Amino acid sequence: MAVDVGQAGPSLRGARLRISAFLWRRRWVKGAILLLPPLAWLVLIYLVALAALLVSAFWTSDSFTGRILHTWNLANFRDIFSFGDTTYLRIALTTIWIAAAVTAIDVVLAFPIAYFMARVARPRTRTLLFVLVLLPLWSSYIVRVYAWRVILKENGLLNWSLNLVGLPDADLAFTRTSMVLVFSYVWLPFMIIPVYTALERIPDSLLEASGDLGARGLRTLRSVMLPLALPGIVAGSIFTFSLTLGDYLTPVLIGGPDAQFIGNVVFANVGVANNVPFAAAYATIPVIVIAIYLAAAKRLGAFEAL
Amino acid sequence: MRKVRWGWAVLALVAAALVVPAAGVGSRQGGTLKMIAWDGYLDAKWVKPFEKQSGCAVAAKIATTSDEMVALMRQGGGGQYDMVSASGDASLRLIYGGDLQPVDVSKVPQWKDFFAPFKSPPNNTVGGKHYGISLQFGPNTLVYRTDKVKPAPTSWSAIYGPKYKGRLTIPDNPIQIADAALYLMKTQPSLGIKDPYELNKAQFDATVNLLKKQRPLIKKYWVGSPDNAELISSGDAWLGPTWPITTGSLLAKKVPVKELIPKEGATSWLDTWMLSKKSKNVDCAYKWFRYISSPSVQALQGTTWGETPVNSKACPLMNKLSKGSCAIYHANEPLSYYRSLYFWKTPIADCGNGKKDCMDYSKWVDAWTKIKAS
Repeated sequence: MAVDVGQAGPSLRGARLRISAFLWRRRWVKGAILLLPPLAWLVLIYLVALAALLVSAFWTSDSFTGRILHTWNLANFRDIFSFGDTTYLRIALTTIWIAAAVTAIDVVLAFPIAYFMARVARPRTRTLLFVLVLLPLWSSYIVRVYAWRVILKENGLLNWSLNLVGLPDADLAFTRTSMVLVFSYVWLPFMIIPVYTALERIPDSLLEASGDLGARGLRTLRSVMLPLALPGIVAGSIFTFSLTLGDYLTPVLIGGPDAQFIGNVVFANVGVANNVPFAAAYATIPVIVIAIYLAAAKRLGAFEAL
Repeated sequence: MRKVRWGWAVLALVAAALVVPAAGVGSRQGGTLKMIAWDGYLDAKWVKPFEKQSGCAVAAKIATTSDEMVALMRQGGGGQYDMVSASGDASLRLIYGGDLQPVDVSKVPQWKDFFAPFKSPPNNTVGGKHYGISLQFGPNTLVYRTDKVKPAPTSWSAIYGPKYKGRLTIPDNPIQIADAALYLMKTQPSLGIKDPYELNKAQFDATVNLLKKQRPLIKKYWVGSPDNAELISSGDAWLGPTWPITTGSLLAKKVPVKELIPKEGATSWLDTWMLSKKSKNVDCAYKWFRYISSPSVQALQGTTWGETPVNSKACPLMNKLSKGSCAIYHANEPLSYYRSLYFWKTPIADCGNGKKDCMDYSKWVDAWTKIKAS
């Protein structure tokens, strides 16, 4: 060991020193080496895929052979934004509307829970609540959606309980309402956590100051708590909104006969019809919607609360 | 103690990792058949004996959609795979795409025992040339709850009328348009529909209109057999088109259901083993054709996956494997039964009248989206 160091040591140590000196002088090289793998991943896998999506949206597919015809045209977008037949526009609007409704419901449900966790509960209860909020995320999302199917179906838990107390069947299964209900349930943890983080950050002194100035509970909530919690709410809404917007399994499993999301149309065109260009064109709609949403969220300061 | 257990687990994993590939790629003197198949179509139950007796190894590639099968057969200019178990909605695309070689049925003696409609069905035989050997089929029957649907239906009109509003469940598949076209073909002869898969604009629009009127009557479009079975057993849905395997599973759970082929007839899927144009394992492929068409293997696959064999001699062997299965899967019906079935095929623009004015499959998919959104 000692011999080794004596012989190879100086040159090896010299090289090491030279490299570290070089890196110290040109710090950007160090940064570049650190960032290269994730950057390559991001560019190759993510941006190239997105670019390929955008490009193929302007192609068409030969419906018989399934081969893609590389001629540039706007036919796909004309079909989507056609005023003669508004089917595809209506499906997109329905998807966006349901995503917005789910987000609104989750805000209303999550705020009191997050408030309790952040400002009322003792550390022990808080930990317990954290576990309870996060526990469902450990099971598969499909299992949870199926569980709701078991609850809502004709001879399921809900109707059984209603009949037990003499009430008629709720007839909720396979409707739009059931879809909103299930979405609100599965994405709720994604709203609670950022709202909790935002509420926890509010210093007690601000609330005390509000009280000292004569504001009652509701006024403090409206004028102090809510504005300070807003970035957290917006951050949570990014999750609930985009997760709902991109979903296609819940409509299949729990939705009624009119349950078609943007994702279902994309799936039908890729998996069944082999019309990838049309699917790509349709998939640009959620990309645009989310881009607008994120720009708005940024202005509301949501990214500091994530 | 924990350490020891982990050691065993790692050892088991390593052993499994070594055994699994070894089982798949055993070298045989007859060569390796690379086959694209539906999940379960290359079950070890019948592939292992084949490998033993033929000396040909089988390498399976599972495909999940017809489009994937077409894409795989064409991958790298074709010839990467030898065979494919294509369904009727993919087979014509492969034939017209020039991806297949014709099959000499005289080298497959079992073919003579096939029920007549499966010897040269239009989805694998074009211009008198056979591009494959029919495998198994399954009709899209009408199932209903005997405790809720009274009187028993005899016609598909049961799923187009308002009587069972909110109690219907329909397969979520664009090819379902053919079911409605078949109903119109029998009930509205003035439309002039001759084939439920070959519809011109007027016929297609009439069919789509019928389905748009049916939409508000539906509880849910079903996706896959378990979904369908659950909807009917829970009582959410009372009737609708189904597959015999679903009815079989409902009866096994003692759900009061019956299924029938209504008087208008029914659509049906039919799968075919096909041979790639560039295959270098033609000898092995013919060995497979003969093996998979034999009555005992036909019966085994039929009872395993709830399908109907095309070989007429499979019926008694099915009953031996599973009591009553021959009748459940309709493998013993008279010729008139098979004549009442309209087998899936890809809707294409050219439907033989020289005008290319039929609605092709992409129009069917587009219409299906619009029916569901109506």
